[in-house]
Amino acid sequence: MSDTTLFELVSPEKLVMSKDVTMVVVPGTEGLFGVLPRHTPMLSTLAPGVINIYEGDNVTDSLFVVNGFAEVTEERCTVLAEEVIPVKDIDTEKYEKQIEGLRDEASRSGSDSAEKVRKNIEEREQILAAMIKAKKP
Amino acid sequence: MPSLKDLRNRIDSVKSTKKITQAMKMVAASKLKKAQNLAEKSRNYSSGIEDIVKKLVISGEHLEHSLMGGKNREVAKALIIVVSSDRGLCGGLNTNIVKKARLLIKKIENENKNISLLCIGKKGYDSLSIFNKEYFNYTKKVINISDIDYASLQYEGSNIIDSFNKGEFEECYILYNYFKSVISQEVKTERLLPYEKSNFEMDESEEGIFFDFEPDEEEVLSKILPKNFIVQVYKAILESKASEQGARMTAMDNATRNAGEMIDSLSLKYNRQRQAMITKELIEIISGAEAL
Repeated sequence: MSDTTLFELVSPEKLVMSKDVTMVVVPGTEGLFGVLPRHTPMLSTLAPGVINIYEGDNVTDSLFVVNGFAEVTEERCTVLAEEVIPVKDIDTEKYEKQIEGLRDEASRSGSDSAEKVRKNIEEREQILAAMIKAKKP
Repeated sequence: MPSLKDLRNRIDSVKSTKKITQAMKMVAASKLKKAQNLAEKSRNYSSGIEDIVKKLVISGEHLEHSLMGGKNREVAKALIIVVSSDRGLCGGLNTNIVKKARLLIKKIENENKNISLLCIGKKGYDSLSIFNKEYFNYTKKVINISDIDYASLQYEGSNIIDSFNKGEFEECYILYNYFKSVISQEVKTERLLPYEKSNFEMDESEEGIFFDFEPDEEEVLSKILPKNFIVQVYKAILESKASEQGARMTAMDNATRNAGEMIDSLSLKYNRQRQAMITKELIEIISGAEAL
């Protein structure tokens, strides 16, 4: 019996990571969960947050993901995420600017599209909050 | 027999055509690299999400979702999305896809279903609207492929899913050029909606896995199923873009070579004719001198 599980992280641009790891901690919508070998098959949506990858007892990689899914089987854990950013490269300023831009748009546009923009802003704010949290040591 | 001047003009015009096709080939080659990269790298993601959906569909007779088939719904109308290019001069790329689209239209007509067409890419619309104008009855007729990025596609895609949920159509096909390699592209027809076992290629041995869902089944399905649709359409667009550049590059390469051959044979003709004229003049002078 192997004591590692294959972890794959895929973004639309590329296969970010594929390796055998001891454990991964994934930010599910209902809270963080750790995946060890022989985990029960599961499908979960992800909240914006940090994936921690453990090899041995140490965290070897931390990656921030946005809009993702995790598929867990007994021997594998696959995460599909729209955006993947290594924690050290997180740029909160860029996001703040984006949100500001969206706010401008919301104040200018009509009521029907404003609803969509507002939803978008809310989402972005959640992501930003998660980013700020991730940045803190 | 064309005169020497005519031949000279021909040669000049073929030469300038050759220059243009050569330049187009270069442009296509540099664009190809980027498009190919995007298409090939996105395959991981799209096949990953498709895999999950496939497993869900295989094991999921009990799953209930509006995008899932299997409730023996009657299909009265089908939406066909045809992905082509915006510009011509790319060999048989657009002709092939239009041909396949017509075949599919025939097939669906024979099953007595209604059809809506949506073209991504102007060229497909140009050819399909000649014979099948009446089928362009969806809210949108044509979207330029060059205007689409992931964000705008998300908007269009969710509109399509909305109208599927409203029952404006009951199934959805997509046709696109799959980028096999620079010199070969293959037209692929895929059935996207509703999600059914028959949509996927699979081995007999493949079995579904019973997943736990978090937060719950409905939440996960209502996120992953529409997303898969959008990702699959996006994949088709990226593949088509790469195919277009590949096809254009080979077409222009051929055109350049043909132009080169034509220049060679025209110059040969030109030289022969020039030689013939010189000989003729010489004969005239000599026979004139002899007559004295």
